[in-house]
Amino acid sequence: MPPTDTSHPPLLAARGLRFARNEQPVFGPLDFAVDAGEALLVQGANGAGKTTLLRVLAGLLRADEGHIDVDGQPASPALRARAIAYLGHLPALKADLTALENLHFLCGLHGRRRGQLPGNALGIVGLSGYEDTLARQLSAGQKKRLSLARLWLAPAPLWLLDEPYANLDLEGINLVNRMVQAHLRDGGAALLTTHGAYAAPPVRTRMLQLERPA
Amino acid sequence: MMLSAAKALCARDLRLLWRRRGDALQPALFALLVVVLFALALGGEPQALAKVAPAVLWLAMLLAGLLALDTLFRGDAEDGSLEQWMLAPVPLSWLVLVRTAMHWLTTALPLLAATPLLAELLHLPRAQLPVLMVSLALGTPLLSLLGAVVAALTVGMRRSGILVALLALPLYVPVLVFGAGSVAAAAQGLDPWGALLLLGAGLAVALVLAPLAAAAAIRIALG
Repeated sequence: MPPTDTSHPPLLAARGLRFARNEQPVFGPLDFAVDAGEALLVQGANGAGKTTLLRVLAGLLRADEGHIDVDGQPASPALRARAIAYLGHLPALKADLTALENLHFLCGLHGRRRGQLPGNALGIVGLSGYEDTLARQLSAGQKKRLSLARLWLAPAPLWLLDEPYANLDLEGINLVNRMVQAHLRDGGAALLTTHGAYAAPPVRTRMLQLERPA
Repeated sequence: MMLSAAKALCARDLRLLWRRRGDALQPALFALLVVVLFALALGGEPQALAKVAPAVLWLAMLLAGLLALDTLFRGDAEDGSLEQWMLAPVPLSWLVLVRTAMHWLTTALPLLAATPLLAELLHLPRAQLPVLMVSLALGTPLLSLLGAVVAALTVGMRRSGILVALLALPLYVPVLVFGAGSVAAAAQGLDPWGALLLLGAGLAVALVLAPLAAAAAIRIALG
C-alpha cells in the first residue's frame, strides 16, 4: 500500500467503535480509517454486523462506544448529510413514480453533483430507454441500477454501499466497479460490504473482516 | 436547500396522489358516507338534524382523518424513503412538516370544500356555517399534526391499525370538544371565539412542536 497523504485527515475514521443490540455485542471495538481515493471492503458472513456497521456510520443507528470522525471532525448530522451517500437494502424508490421522477425527487432532497443530470445518470447505469417506466415495472436488478444512478448524482464524497453487488448481473457488477473507480479517481471514498463472493473493484482497497462475536 | 427539498417532496406527493387517485378518495368518500347515512337515518326531522349537524360533521372529518393516518409515513418507511430523509441535508422535522401539510391538503381540504354542501344536507342553520368552517379550518390541520406524531410513533410496527386509533383518540378529544363546542356555543347565541382562539393557539403550538416530536419518533422507530 503506498504511503497515504498525511496533509489531509482521512475522509472517515472510526476509533473503538462498538455496537450492541439488547446487550448482545454485534461488532467491535473496531478501528479503521478510509482516505480519499480509497475503498474499504467490509467482509463477513451473514449476520456478522456489516449492515449494522454501515447504518451506524451513516448515523441511522447510534454506536454504544467509540468515535466517528468525518473529514477530520467529529461526525454531526449536518456533516454527515454533506459527506455521506448511503445505499441500503431498501431501494428508497416509489413504485408509482417513473425512473426519472424518482431521480428528480432524490436529487431535490439530497442535492446534485455539479454537471450531472438525472437523464445522463440513467444512461451511465444502463437504463436509457427506461426513463418513463414506473419503478414497479423494473426488475430487482434494474431497481438496483436506478439506486446506483441516485448515488452517482449525489454530491457526497463518501459512499456507504451495503451489498452493492446483490441482484446484479456480471455486467452490473462491472458497472459498480467502474463507478467506484471513477468516484475514487475524483477524490471520493467508498465503503462496500460483501459476503465475499464477488470481485472487488480494481482500486486501492483496505479490508475489514467482521467476525461474529463469540 | 430547504425550499428545493420541500418543492421536490410536494411534486412527488402530488404525482403519487394522481397515480393512485382511487385510494386517495377513500377518506373523503368515508366522510361523505357517514354524513349521508346520518341524514338518512334521522331523515324526517330537520330540527333534530340541525341540532346534531356540527357534531356529525366534525366526527366525519375526524374519522376520515384517522382513516388516512396510516398512509402518512408507512409507505415511505417500507420502501426505505424515510432512511434517505434522515440522511438528507435538510432537517427531518422539516420534511415531516411538509409531508403532513401535503397530507392535510389532499385529505382534509377537499372535505373542507364540500362542507357547505354537507351542512346543507344536515339542515345546519346558515348562520352557523361560518363558525363551523373556521373551526374546521383551524381544527383539521391540528388533527393532522397530532396524527403525524402518532403515525410516527407506530411507523416501526408492522400492523398498527387499532393502536393508531387508541393513541390518537385522547389527543383528538380536546380538539373535537372545542371544535364542535364552538359551533354549539354559536347555536345558543354565545360567543364562539373563546373556543376558536384556543384551537388557533393549539394549532400554533402544534405547528412548531409536532414535527419535532414526529421526527424524533421516526428516528427511534427506525433505529
